[in-house]
Amino acid sequence: MRLLTGLILFLAPVLACAGLPVQHWQLANGAQVYFVENHDLPMLDVSVDFPGGSAYDPAGKFGLASLTHRLLDQGAGGLSDDEIASGFADVGAQLGGRFDADRAGMTLRTLSAAEDQTPALALLAKVLSQPTFAPNIVEREKTRVISALKEAEGQPADIAEHAFEKAVFGTHPYAHRENGNISMVSTMSSADLQNFYRSHYSAHGAVIALIGDVTRARADAIAQQLTAGLPPANLAASTDIPPVPPLTAPVLLTIPFPAQQSQILMGQPGVARGAPDYFALYVGNYVLGGGGFDSRLMNDVRQKRGLTYSVYSYFMPMKQPGPFQIGLKTRTGVTEEALQVVRQTLADFMAQGVTPAELTQAKDNIIGGFPLRIDSNQKILEYLAMIGFYHLPTDYLDQFTQRVNDVTADQIKQAFANTVYPDKMATVVVGDAVAIK
Amino acid sequence: MRQWVWVGLMCCAVLPARAEVQQFELSNGLKVILQEDHRSPVVVSQLWYRAGSLDEFNGTTGVAHMLEHMMFKGTKNVPDGQFSKLIAAAGGRENAFTSQDATVFFEQLQKDKLALAFKLEADRMQNLTLAPDAYKKENQVVMEERRMRTDDQPQALVYEKMMSVAFQTNPYRRPVIGWMNDLENMTVDDARDWYHRWYLPNNATLVVAGDVSLGEVKDLAMRYFGGIPSRPLPVRKPQVEPPQIGIKRINVKAPSKLPYLLMGYHVPELRDVNDWEPYALQVLAGVLDGNEGARLGKFVVREQRIATQAGASYDMVARGPGMFMLDGTPSQDKTVADLETALRAQIQSIIKNGVSEAEMKRVKAQVIAAHVYQRDSVFYQAMLLGEYVNDGLPVTAIADEVARIQAITPAQVQAIAAKYLLDDNLTVATLDPQPVTKELANPPISDMHNLK
Repeated sequence: MRLLTGLILFLAPVLACAGLPVQHWQLANGAQVYFVENHDLPMLDVSVDFPGGSAYDPAGKFGLASLTHRLLDQGAGGLSDDEIASGFADVGAQLGGRFDADRAGMTLRTLSAAEDQTPALALLAKVLSQPTFAPNIVEREKTRVISALKEAEGQPADIAEHAFEKAVFGTHPYAHRENGNISMVSTMSSADLQNFYRSHYSAHGAVIALIGDVTRARADAIAQQLTAGLPPANLAASTDIPPVPPLTAPVLLTIPFPAQQSQILMGQPGVARGAPDYFALYVGNYVLGGGGFDSRLMNDVRQKRGLTYSVYSYFMPMKQPGPFQIGLKTRTGVTEEALQVVRQTLADFMAQGVTPAELTQAKDNIIGGFPLRIDSNQKILEYLAMIGFYHLPTDYLDQFTQRVNDVTADQIKQAFANTVYPDKMATVVVGDAVAIK
Repeated sequence: MRQWVWVGLMCCAVLPARAEVQQFELSNGLKVILQEDHRSPVVVSQLWYRAGSLDEFNGTTGVAHMLEHMMFKGTKNVPDGQFSKLIAAAGGRENAFTSQDATVFFEQLQKDKLALAFKLEADRMQNLTLAPDAYKKENQVVMEERRMRTDDQPQALVYEKMMSVAFQTNPYRRPVIGWMNDLENMTVDDARDWYHRWYLPNNATLVVAGDVSLGEVKDLAMRYFGGIPSRPLPVRKPQVEPPQIGIKRINVKAPSKLPYLLMGYHVPELRDVNDWEPYALQVLAGVLDGNEGARLGKFVVREQRIATQAGASYDMVARGPGMFMLDGTPSQDKTVADLETALRAQIQSIIKNGVSEAEMKRVKAQVIAAHVYQRDSVFYQAMLLGEYVNDGLPVTAIADEVARIQAITPAQVQAIAAKYLLDDNLTVATLDPQPVTKELANPPISDMHNLK
């Protein structure tokens, strides 16, 4: 493949969708519902999210949120893990998970015929409301998580990412791995999971997104069914995440690893979801490193010099400012050269901003490509869930292309000046340290 | 333009009606396939060249993929870098990929931009520049891609070595991205030879899916591709893999914290849709690993706890020979040998005792549902069509799959396992983890210092 685009697509923001009728209401129990009715295909996609991501891990128990989320479908409401798995499979339903530093959730895709949909939704309600957290199953899953953590420790990309997060976020909850660390996971008990579940999976904080072949009345009934048995709201448990302190000095971290390529990550805390600067940063970043072959980083590092297969930059907006990251992999011998090129490209971008031609090209792509972002139920579901979880206004989508269109070159320059400090970058290099020097 | 061929997909009872797949062929041999889908105002164009690593020769492995990269490096009319710029300015996305069986170029656009995709694809089918200096840089990029995807990825390395052992003569033994030494010694002339050999309308299939009509596609295809001359294609030798006559094993040492096991059995592929064997193999893969409740997860991972992850896979559509794969990561206190024993016990259990009706029903329910779900993605629908046509199968086989799978019996699944999942037919590859921290004078973890 000529370029991996998964990352770029994944990080794309929500765009305007004139003509996509989003319905939003709140249930009596406090849960927020976002719904798009669409009868083109005989299927339904639904997701339920909670503020239960890894940023809510208690001190000393990194990985608890992820483990709790993992155990939901491993035994619930008197059913074993196998009975749950077979129950979904028997009706062709697909259960999925969603987990990051902010969010923990489940997704379900099911056919719309009642004989398929009814049992699938009943199972999902059980998984969300009555997880068992049986001690022997908790132990089994702990060993699987520990195995995954161990494997990650042997993978240079993972080592780099983890070191980067630590360097950028320090002691902030965004700094630790989403699935924790081996020693902390080892000590977790079924009671820990129960406690975390009770304090983070109430209807009060739930966001339900639905798209597909059901009526509004049915969507409402499904949302009620999925939230009726959730733990009562624990209003004492805060869903706040502390602010992210800015970096005060540059950091360079070199981690030796026997590999042919060096993994390079540079960055800082970026921007929060819904921040006023966001659109200027998003459009500007298209020019810097978000626009694939349209971007300066790709042009300077790959097209002009052949130093890498892929180089990118992105802002990951979270509840609090998520990372701004520039990343690439390059053969050991040219690591220093690649780093210098990236630094120079960033410095030039900060100093000059974007040209009129670059700005036009960025807007043409983002605005012209809008229909591609909502051309499937799957994609729309993700957007509904995100709008709901981050309390974005319901007309946010309708305004998006206009807000992109309104961005000026001056705003981009100002927004980057307010957010990105090239003299205080965290830089992580994982690779053959002796050869890199 | 040759005669129009209309193919009505046989709609099975669970699927609501949809637009029929439509096909036609230009007089220069370019096949065009259209799946209308009017749910969103978008369109996908995929141009499939029947030229993958299967068609390469020793010494120039990876040239199919190298040429894929060069296809973005300029033509007489569209200079280096402009292809991507023009698609991006139209709000589109473009990319390409190379497999063992094909090289595919695609664009995703608003529905009224299809002409741009056709125009650019038709141009680079005929007018590629292949400038030596652009080649030199792109060759470096491809070597970086190989390091990233294979050399620094232990499990990918195991797969590469395993395939090169499992197949002795068939070109599937060679990695799609090519051996590093071949990439180092490849020249722009190798890429040019490849381009002239295979980039012809009579070696390509143009697949379109989305919110467009047959009339539009027909007009645009004629306008942009109709004038491109065809040439006779080189003869492709069958290179049939001789039967394996004994188990093969390979051990791969690479930096990693955990071991890994990969096993592959030679099996047939779908050549004739009346052949039940590939469908039975697909059901067998489903019984082993088609859902969370399937046997490998249920027994090997959750009950016996021998593995933290175990899987089975089989893809019945390919130009070359088939392989039924099993893989897994042993649990902390278990070895790859323990895991191999456990996986083979699962196979033996099916050969001896067969599979249950409940398991069959579950696998079939998933196939039926998947045929509905796949229609949510216009891109995926185009992928399926392209793959089937490129690999010599009728597009009707896609919709027929549901009925074919439903007809498979437990006895057939048992019989297919007994026939092919035999030791003499098996290759076993293991990852032997090597330390990830070198014995260096450097501190093993990090040396942090502030920059000026």
